[in-house]
Amino acid sequence: MSRLQLDSINVSFGDVHIVRDVSLDLQQGEIGCLLGPSGCGKTTLLRSIAGFQTLQSGTIQIDDSLVSNQTVNVAPELRGVGMVFQDFALFPHLNVADNISFGMRKASASERRARVEELLNRIGLPGYQKRFPHELSGGQQQRVALARALAPRPRLLLLDEPFSSLDAELRERLAVEVRELLKKENITALLVTHDQHEAFAMADKAGVMYQGELLQWDTPYQLYHQPKHQLVADFIGHGVLLQGIVNDDASLTSPLGQLSHPSLLDIDAGTQVSFLVRPDDIVPDPTSRLRATVKARGFRGAHNLYTVELPGGIELLTLSPSHEQFQVGANIGLRPELDHLVIFAANLCELPGFYDQAPTVQPLPAVIPKAQTA
Amino acid sequence: MRYSSWRQLTLITTAVIIGVPLLIICWSMLQLLWTDDLSTLSHLWDTVVPEYIRHSLILLVGVAVGVVVLGVSTAWLTTACRFPGQRLLSWALLLPLAVPAYIVAYTYTGMFDYAGPFQTALRDWFDWGYGDYWFPEVRSLGGAIVVLSLVLFPYVYLIARATFIQQSATTLEAGRSLGLSPWQCFFRLALPLARPAIVTGTTLALMETLADYGTVQHFGVTTFTTGIFRTWYGLGDLMGALQLAGMLLVAVMALIFIERRSRRQARYDQRNPRPATAFVLRGWRALGASLLCWLPLLCGFVLPALQLTLWSIERAAVWQDPDFWQLAFNSFTLAVCAAVLIVIMALWLAYGRRQIPTRAVRTSVAFAGMGYAIPGLVIAVGLMVFLTSIDQVIITVSEQWFNYNPGLLLSGTLVALLFAYSVRFLSVSLQTIQAGLGEIRPSMDEAAQIQGYSPLQVLRKIHLPLLRPSVFTALILVGVDVLKELPATLVLRPFDFNTLAVRAYEMAGDERLADAGPPALMMVLVGLIPVILLSRAMLKSQQAALKEQEFVPVTA
Repeated sequence: MSRLQLDSINVSFGDVHIVRDVSLDLQQGEIGCLLGPSGCGKTTLLRSIAGFQTLQSGTIQIDDSLVSNQTVNVAPELRGVGMVFQDFALFPHLNVADNISFGMRKASASERRARVEELLNRIGLPGYQKRFPHELSGGQQQRVALARALAPRPRLLLLDEPFSSLDAELRERLAVEVRELLKKENITALLVTHDQHEAFAMADKAGVMYQGELLQWDTPYQLYHQPKHQLVADFIGHGVLLQGIVNDDASLTSPLGQLSHPSLLDIDAGTQVSFLVRPDDIVPDPTSRLRATVKARGFRGAHNLYTVELPGGIELLTLSPSHEQFQVGANIGLRPELDHLVIFAANLCELPGFYDQAPTVQPLPAVIPKAQTA
Repeated sequence: MRYSSWRQLTLITTAVIIGVPLLIICWSMLQLLWTDDLSTLSHLWDTVVPEYIRHSLILLVGVAVGVVVLGVSTAWLTTACRFPGQRLLSWALLLPLAVPAYIVAYTYTGMFDYAGPFQTALRDWFDWGYGDYWFPEVRSLGGAIVVLSLVLFPYVYLIARATFIQQSATTLEAGRSLGLSPWQCFFRLALPLARPAIVTGTTLALMETLADYGTVQHFGVTTFTTGIFRTWYGLGDLMGALQLAGMLLVAVMALIFIERRSRRQARYDQRNPRPATAFVLRGWRALGASLLCWLPLLCGFVLPALQLTLWSIERAAVWQDPDFWQLAFNSFTLAVCAAVLIVIMALWLAYGRRQIPTRAVRTSVAFAGMGYAIPGLVIAVGLMVFLTSIDQVIITVSEQWFNYNPGLLLSGTLVALLFAYSVRFLSVSLQTIQAGLGEIRPSMDEAAQIQGYSPLQVLRKIHLPLLRPSVFTALILVGVDVLKELPATLVLRPFDFNTLAVRAYEMAGDERLADAGPPALMMVLVGLIPVILLSRAMLKSQQAALKEQEFVPVTA
């Protein structure tokens, strides 16, 4: 049984379509995450689940009971949903204890006291009952806001960019803490963010939204390694998209050389495709015939992330351990080490069948003389 | 959906009704263009208007210079320098706002006229007689400029102070590091940065100057307000008064335009709220600075207040007079009624603006909030024309149908007065309440709603406690303003209905200055309440000084 189920929902303001045909589901105890650039409709989607936004079409079900469709819109206060707001929205005239127990309307005073104490312990702020929101730091306010949303034990918790107003270091630590807390309370949650690190740290399932469409709804691992859409590949992680032309012998002519994969037989010869190359797919190898010039070096602690330029002017990214250093301007050899191919057709959608098997790579003959002259 | 469009309609209607006096005046000006009947106007042009314009211009320029000099110097000294008494002064300099300008005018006449204690003392001292010496005439255009500057400079002080506090230390330190002396820092950095704020404060003071009737009337200076009053009451020429009001309105519109522009230019760098290190003054510098700050405070508040106290002691019998307490009761009842009415209207408008922010609603609310700039006399003239014509219709209809003459139901009763107050003071309460409502972010409503509270419960649990201080402040501000408002009350009050302000005016008009003392003192004491509120807010929000930009006139 799904805790939350969206079926092809559409939201529009006048003529502007904010959310288009989005479907997704979350099981009990799962944490979901919607990623996307600002203005992609992810917050609107969240607000329609909360009941602050009416649908033009589609259905939203919580625990298999209908809460929203074209005509029905169950009031937010009757949905049993909790929400953590981007600006926390703590009530400035109430202290921490009253803020947290605000939603426990039917509970007795002693129940409230016990729950407040339990939650304050969980969020690491024991004894903060009598403080007022303005006396708390940003991170503390964030945790109180979370505790307030959790206090009435909602069936579903929605988090709208909950960490965006915090600084980067705190953000990552809190994301992990919040995930642990949600798992302990066995809460089903849906999170909205534009920060993929946050999403990877929190989510069991994640999706990328773009211009109102949910491009993919999968595990974070699949989003990274097996993007179903070129825009997903663009948005998640580092990487470059290279152009290639399919040959009739199950191979692909590309700047990296000749890539062979059996599934290429399914594509018409002469088709122009693009394929994803992650930094970890390219390994520096002094003996390789594929040569490139180092354009820039980014120090990432354990690794260096290099931007390198192939003789044709095409840029690639490559990772190497940070003790192995190349200077900017140096000519280095590169070896493609692709586990699998991620190939997109001209309509930006991924072409299936390339995930099971690694391709073999033959450097193009044309590349060799150029590399030797360099 | 139907409810919301009904509500929109009420909001727009409120704005239109509030705008009636303005629309009447504009309409009468337009009518002038159509009918080509320029006889009244050309007569006025030939006789009095040039003088009105000349006097008003001199008054405006004089007051502008006065308030800028007094306001900016005191603001800079109390923010950038440290000297004995600086903390006390920083809030005490707001006190002149508590005294209506016309009251200060009365006390100055009492103190510095030929028969006043000052000149008498001079004569006794040097053994002079009449005509042996020169002494500036208090009741003159110059006197009006001095009095209005002394009373209105806190507008500039307050807003300039807010910007000086905002100016981050780094700006001034950068100036110092580039080789500017402290004085050069002030003239080349602090002052230009504060210019939009100074312009805003000055335009507010000038709007008050244009609206002033009591001071110029007492000093015998003919300006537009006294002209409107004379044309209307003295000559019984309502059309002429309307046309003069129209001209005054044009000047006010120009000021509003300047004010809006300067507010838009005022952008503040809030990223670095670290205050600049203050200059610690010692010796004669400290003495000079505190003298410079004490002088306007002394002349603008302490001296008038002392004089009023003396008069009140002199006329101690008045305090036991039941007539006087009837007067006070009238004033306070009127103030409370007006304040409650106006704050309810402001709440309705502010909530409408928040919940259905369509273009029409936003424009309407902004329009309804313009009244603070319109002189009370102009509102009164426009309103009178409107209400009497409605009264005529009511009387005609009633006589035809019921054979009964109900009298002047609207223009002859408190309705007219409350209407005028609403037009003039709605903006004060609207601004206060909108500021309070702005603190309640929409996400707080949603946070409460998603936790199981119905919209009405949200209103009770979240909005009521959070909005209570703003509503309270708005009530006080409006109430005190109403208490002090002279021209509109004078013109629109029902027959034989007197208030403290009107009594003080009448007594001063009869040259019974001491008798004006008790009612004036009472007004000043009540007027202190909003000033105390203001100074507390000012000291509390040294960081959030930006909010003070939203400040509108609190005196009349």
